Parts: sequence; C-alpha cells; structure tokens
Amino acid sequence: MSGLAAIQTSDIFGRLTWDAFKHDAIEASVGVGTLLLMVFLIVFLTYKKRWHWLWNEWLTSLDHKKIGIMYLIVSGSMLFKGIVDAAMMRAQQILSVGDSFGYLSAPHYQQIFTAHGTTMVFFVAMGFIAGIFNIIVPLQIGARDVAFPFLNSLSFWLFTVGVGLLMVSLMIGNFSGTGWVGYPPLSGLKYSPDVGVDYWIWSLQISGVGTLLTGINFFVTIFKMRCPGMTLMKMPMFIWAVLNTLVLIAFSFPILTATLGMLSLDRMLGMHFFTSDFGGNPMMYVNLIWAWGHPEVYILVLPAFGIFSEVVATFSSKRLFGYVSMVWAIAAITFLSFIVWLHHFFTMGAGPKVNAFFGIMTMVIAIPTGVKIFNWLFTMYRGRVQFTTPILWFLGFVIIFTIGGMDGVLMAVAPVDFQVHNSLFLIAHFHSVAIGGVLFGFFAGYTYWFPKIFGFKLDEKLGEYAFFCWFFGVLAAFIPLYVLGLMGATRRLDHYDASTGWFPLFAIAAFGVLLVLVGIGFQVHQLLYSIKHRRKNRDITGDPWNGRTLEWSTLSPPPFYNFAVIPQADARDAFWEMKKEGWKGRGDEPYEEIHMPKNSPLGVFIGGLSMALGFALVWHIFWLAALSLLAILACIIVRLSEEHTEYTLSASEMKRIEKEIEKRHHT
Amino acid sequence: MHKNLKLAFFLFLIGSLVTIGLIYFFSAQIAVLSPAGMIGEKQRSLLMISVYVMLLVVVPVFILTFFIAWKYRASNQKAKYSPEWDQNHTAEIIWWGIPLIIIVVLGILTWKGCHDLDPFKPIASDRKPLKIQVVALQWKWLFIYPEQNIATVNFFEFPKETPVEFEVTADAPMNSFWIPRLGGQVYAMAGMRSKLSLIANGEGSYYGSSANISGEGFAGMKFTAQSTTQEGFDQWVSSIQQSSSVLTLDAYNELVEPSSYVPPQFFKLGSPGLFDDIIMKYMMPMKGMHSRGNRS
Repeated sequence: MSGLAAIQTSDIFGRLTWDAFKHDAIEASVGVGTLLLMVFLIVFLTYKKRWHWLWNEWLTSLDHKKIGIMYLIVSGSMLFKGIVDAAMMRAQQILSVGDSFGYLSAPHYQQIFTAHGTTMVFFVAMGFIAGIFNIIVPLQIGARDVAFPFLNSLSFWLFTVGVGLLMVSLMIGNFSGTGWVGYPPLSGLKYSPDVGVDYWIWSLQISGVGTLLTGINFFVTIFKMRCPGMTLMKMPMFIWAVLNTLVLIAFSFPILTATLGMLSLDRMLGMHFFTSDFGGNPMMYVNLIWAWGHPEVYILVLPAFGIFSEVVATFSSKRLFGYVSMVWAIAAITFLSFIVWLHHFFTMGAGPKVNAFFGIMTMVIAIPTGVKIFNWLFTMYRGRVQFTTPILWFLGFVIIFTIGGMDGVLMAVAPVDFQVHNSLFLIAHFHSVAIGGVLFGFFAGYTYWFPKIFGFKLDEKLGEYAFFCWFFGVLAAFIPLYVLGLMGATRRLDHYDASTGWFPLFAIAAFGVLLVLVGIGFQVHQLLYSIKHRRKNRDITGDPWNGRTLEWSTLSPPPFYNFAVIPQADARDAFWEMKKEGWKGRGDEPYEEIHMPKNSPLGVFIGGLSMALGFALVWHIFWLAALSLLAILACIIVRLSEEHTEYTLSASEMKRIEKEIEKRHHT
Repeated sequence: MHKNLKLAFFLFLIGSLVTIGLIYFFSAQIAVLSPAGMIGEKQRSLLMISVYVMLLVVVPVFILTFFIAWKYRASNQKAKYSPEWDQNHTAEIIWWGIPLIIIVVLGILTWKGCHDLDPFKPIASDRKPLKIQVVALQWKWLFIYPEQNIATVNFFEFPKETPVEFEVTADAPMNSFWIPRLGGQVYAMAGMRSKLSLIANGEGSYYGSSANISGEGFAGMKFTAQSTTQEGFDQWVSSIQQSSSVLTLDAYNELVEPSSYVPPQFFKLGSPGLFDDIIMKYMMPMKGMHSRGNRS
C-alpha cells in the first residue's frame, strides 16, 4: 500500500531517525528532567552500593507484598506525572483565550490530554488496585502467597513496561494525540501516520497482558487458597469486590487486546478493519473499545467499594450492614456493566429503542450502587464512628461520588446526553466518580493498610490536611466544569474565544487543581514525616485499628510467609470473632515446615525484552521485534523447565525468625 | 479534629448554596439551560425533571451521611451502640425499593424521550422544512443548501420558526455536530449519513462547534448558526446566488485541505450532488475526488 511506502524506513532502524529526538523546549525539558532523575537514581544506588540489595530483595522477588509495594511506587510516581499533565492543560486553558494561543502547540496539548487519560486509567488506577490486591488479598484470605507467584512478578514487569514505553515516547518520537480511547479513523494510518498511536497501542497491549495475567492469578488465588473455614459467604467484602473485579478483567481485557490488535493491523499492514473506506467500520471500533471500556470503569471502582466496606466497618467498630445484599449488589453491577457500553455514544445515531435500552440499563446500575451507599451509612448507624482519615475519605467519597453518580444517571437519559455528550460536563462526571470513587477509595485503603505493610502508622494530622485540600480542590476543579459543559464548552479544547465567557470558570478550575497539588504536597510530607517519626507510631501488635479481618492477626509488617500458622476462619469477621472469644495474641505455636517460592530474575528479563519488543514494533524495527520475541520464548521455556522453583523453610528456622521479630519488637 | 470537620462542613454548605445561587442567577448565560428552540427546550425540561427526581434520593443521602456520622461519632457515648446489628430486611427493602421506583420513573421518561427526541425524527410543523447538508472537514464545517443551490463554510443562516433538517457526514475523522442553544448533537462520520432536526423560536445567532476530537485544528472548528426572518433569509440566499465564487469539484478539493480557524465563506453550488458524492467516495473510490492522503 502506498500509505506504508510513504514512510521512510531503513532495515536497521526502521522508522527511527534523528528527527525523533528533536523536540520543542517544553517537551525537551520534561524528557531531560526524566533522564536526569534516572541518572540521579543510578548514581545514588551505585554510591550507596545498593544494586545487590535492589536486585535480590526487590526486583527479582516473588513475594506478593514486595511486588505490591513496587506497584504502589510506580503508580504513585505516575499519579504525580498525571497531575502535572492536568495542571499543564488547565494552565493552557487559562492562557489560551481570544488572541492568545497559550504556551502549548495544539499537537502537544493533544498528546498531553491523551497521556493524562492513559496514565491515570492504566498506570495509576490499575496500578493502585493491582498493588492493593497484591498486598492485601493473600493476607485477608489467610494464604501464604498467590496461586502463581512467578506469573505475578511477570504481570508487574509487563505493567511497568507499559509505563516505560509511555515515558520513552516523551524522549523519542511523540505520543498519541487522539484521546485515551483513540477512535479511528483519527487513530488510523491516514490521519495519524506518526508513531504516537503506536506507542499508545503497544504500551496498552503489553500492560494489558500483565493485567489479564493478574486477573487470572488472583481469581485462582481467591478460589483455591482461602484458609480453612472461609467459605465464599464468609469472605471479607473486599475479597468479594476483588473477585468480581477479576471476573470483569478476565472477560473484558481480551476485547481490548483484540481491538487494539486489529487497529495495529490496520496501521502496520494496511488492513481495513476500522478505516472509513474499503469496507472498514470505525463504528465497530467504538463499540468494541467500550465493550471493554465500560467494564473497565467497574474494574476500577469495585475494589474501592471493597475498601470502603472494610474501612467503614472497622472504624465504626460494627459489623458491615447487609452483607448478603452487598454481595448481590456487587454481582449485579458486574453483570450489568457488560450491557451498558452504548451509553458512551448515544450520539452515533442508533435508533430510539437501542438508545432507550442502553440508557435504562445504565440507570439500573444506580440501584445496587445506591444500596451499597445506604448499607455503609447503616454500618455507621449505631456504631462508634472514629473520624480517622480513612473515614474522612469515605465521607468525601459519598459526597463527590453521589454528585458524579447523579450526573451519570442524568446522562443515561439519552436525549439529555445529546446536550452534554463530549462536553466538559462529561469530564466533570467521570472525574467525580473516578476521583471521588477510585482515588479516594485508594487513599482510604492506603492509610488503613499502611501500618500493616510497613509497621507504622501515617501521621493523622497531615493526612487530614491532605484530605481537605483534595476534597475542596476536586470540587473547585470540577463543579465549574459541569457549568462549562452546559455553556457549550467541549472537551479537549486547547483554545477558545473570549466572547464565550468561559474564562472565569476555567480559572476557578485551575485554582482547584492547585489545591489538589497542595493536597499531594501534604501527602508527600505526611509520608516523609511518618517515616522520620516511625518509632513513635510503631505498630507492635499487628492490629492498630482493632481490625476485623485476618490480615490484622499477623505481624506488621508480616513476615515473608505471612502467617506462621495458617489461621482458621469460622465467621465473617474472622479476626473480630477470634478476639471476642479471647484470642491471646500470637503465641508459640506448633510450627510446620513450609514451601516458599524462590526469587526469579526471569520476570525482569521478560519485562526488558517486552520493552524491546514494544519499542521495535512502534518503530518498525522488525529484526529486533523478532529477536526479542524469540528471547521471550526462550525465557518462558527456561522457566518451565526449572524444577526447583521453591525452597523449604523448616519449622525450626521459622521459630528462629519468629523469635527474632519478637525480640526486635521489644527493643 | 472535630473542629476542623465542622468548619469543613460549613464551608461545604456555604459553597453549595453559593454555587446553586450563581447557577440560578446566571442561567441565561448557560446555553443548555437557556435554549432558543423547541428541541433544546424539551431537552432542558427532561434534564431538569430528571435532576429533581434524583434529588429525592440524593438530598436524603447527604443529610443521612452527615447526621449518622455525627450522631454516632465515637466520642458521643450516649448514642446507642449495637456492634452485632447487621441486618434489617424492612430497611433493606426500602433502599432497594425507592431507587427502583425512581429508576422506573426515569426509565419511562427515557423511553418516551428517546422516541420523541430521536434526532432522525422530523419536527412536525406546517412550514416546509429547510434542508441543510453538513460536512465536517479538517477543520471546518461545510453547509450545503441543496434546494437553494448555495454552500457556506463555518456560518449558516436559516429562517426562524422553520424546522431545519440537517444531514450530517464527514470527509475527515469523526466529528460531532452541536449547537448547544438549539439542541443536541449527532456524530459526523465519513461514509455515513446522520440526521438531526432543529428549530429556532426567534432571531439570534448561536455558537456551534465540533464536540469530538478530530485532530490538530479541532479547537478552531467553530461556526455560527444564525436564525432570521423568512425575508431576511431569502435576501441572504439570493445575495450568495449572485456571488462569483462557485463550489466546483476543484474548489471543493481545495477546501478539503486541512485548515483551521477559517472565517466564513460563501459559494454558489457548482456540483449539485456534492453531498452524496462525498458519502459515496467512502463506499467506492471516485474519480476526480480526493482528500488528504486518500489511498487509491
């Protein structure tokens, strides 16, 4: 096809030329900044002689808790990047009015909003939930590890490769500017011939494989590795939420992979799945991407619902209200989330009956969601509510998520959606539910489980300040957007006329982003301050909040084998019941020998090779793609032929470790 | 702690009241809330009714949240404490039931609204509707009047109180055709023919734009829709019919070249079947017509 021939390629470097390294001042400074940070880290690690430690204790570790912490570190830094993207967009929008065109070129602005969406959904929200799954799920079901520890490490590295490709696009070439769901024909070869869309595709493809593997891994973990006594209806609510999330992942991520696969066939081989001409159908892409995209929304928010269920019950010192109804509500949401995708494009011109069906199904989801909120409120009712920061995040969630949910139902009324579709009203809606729901849920979980992970609590005062900044910041950043949308402001504008009268509202929104940045400042300060004063806030008991579930029955931080003796769960709030029946704390138990997974560097290797593969496919360096694919296969074969992937921890060795921890706690 | 919470609560309360007040007083400046035609009016009233119905649940939720959290705060030892109480079927039936009723009401509104406000449905009127064919280009809007034999770019006029039937397509990536004060929106897709019917009550000029990202010059893809009297419209049409610039196939191919922030242009229509040709070009490659990067 002439479309392919038009692109200059060489055998060795594919499409890669020196031009790919040329950027304007703003882009270059971001790229150079990232590089400097990496150089600094390398020098720092070398100076401190920490490479060995990093490799053995972290990068090659198959310990689910360490993998979880690595997820949180990657996602935390991506959250910072995503917020900087957001701040850059709002800055452009308050500068680029009337005769002024701001400080960003239109293509650069479009890359920023695409990167913002991609980062926040795939690398922040997905990374946070994967991190929390990793750390909490085995502990909460009383297991020593996940079902497939190596697969878990591989998932993490594939996720990190997705992040890596996105970051490389800052320095070599450019990123996609077609929005985070990349509708063709705009994302097709005809209108986006450069590498941006390819970076987007391969970054999502590779991290998507990681997500799917995580989904299957934890699905098996929950089904096969629960401790004795924990029947399905005795599982903590968080586990129920995670289980449904995993079902969603297993059913929806293959759709994403196939859809992006077809798009890349269009782009690489000149096929016509989604082109406007030669029988292609871009509307098919839009259907498919949302057949994945809508379940994805619930993949993000269900774990947050699970976290709130734990947090509210614990800090109200009361059983979770309406457990059975909560389980059914989650299951209903899981099912319904697959039959609402068309509400993302009522404006495509489907008939009134089709629109009405998908609109009504969308509204129906509001019922189980509403039920959950009522159940949480009645968990607090006749409880003893402690206003710790996790509860503050919960209260903030109820307010902001309910506002966002109400607008969601409003937009399910298709004729109303015609007037707000793709406007800033929509942006305000999904940020209200995504920040108010997912992010606030994550922050609640982060504060709640922090002492379990690290052995000391976070500072409450600073957490409270962070919450207030976030809460009012989010309101200030998004309430004006609702109004702007109703005024006719569409999303993704890098410029608008002064006569529109939108400026004051954009200015308030920008102020909101600043407030959120201050909130993040408090969170960073909180983390550093709490590390510095960790002795003061140390958690020796393993149960700092008077918890209800099994993760609180082990030490903080848990030893690498989680539980010296696998617990027995006889009731829903297993640990709470144990304490009621006079649990005396961890004593000298009859230990048994156990098997734990050995470290493996193959996850890192396959990750590195996938990075090369992704980079090669973006730039059409086909020899490198073939080579790295072969090497990946070789790694898989090596792993499969390894016989001794586990080692034995003897009972006496475990006793020694337990004694040592005991001694450390008393000094 | 409690002091800060109270402060935050009052800040939130005052903020909410101020916001609602501002929206109420400035609603004339908010396009969707101050529609200028029947379709927009119906969409606004549907919006308002839905909001009111939902507030029946949302307001109690807000009040309950604050009330319960505060009443059962740990320091209030006088409040009842029943740590094992976790089930009450009556209560649960109420909060499965009330949202269900509200969704049934909204569902009926949606079903009716979807049929009544189907963009493809013509507006009932004793006046003959005006046909305007809309083509989204990179990055401007082409308006073709097949019956008046004229075409315009980024500006169009139409008589008030007369239904306007838009046929919408694209010779570009997907866009969305939206005039907020008249009513919403339909996608403009290459090779597809979408329809939208709108009407204006009075004379006025209305902001319109593309609501779907379509590439580099997307932000400059704006147009003005102007409603006027029938006489004014006729005059405007005949002035363009006498103009010397003609939209031939060559002129169209020139217009298709990407450009943004394009000032209004006016043409006599040189090629009467232009709109259908533009749609057909994606069905089968046509001779003499090409767009940027068209592979044939």
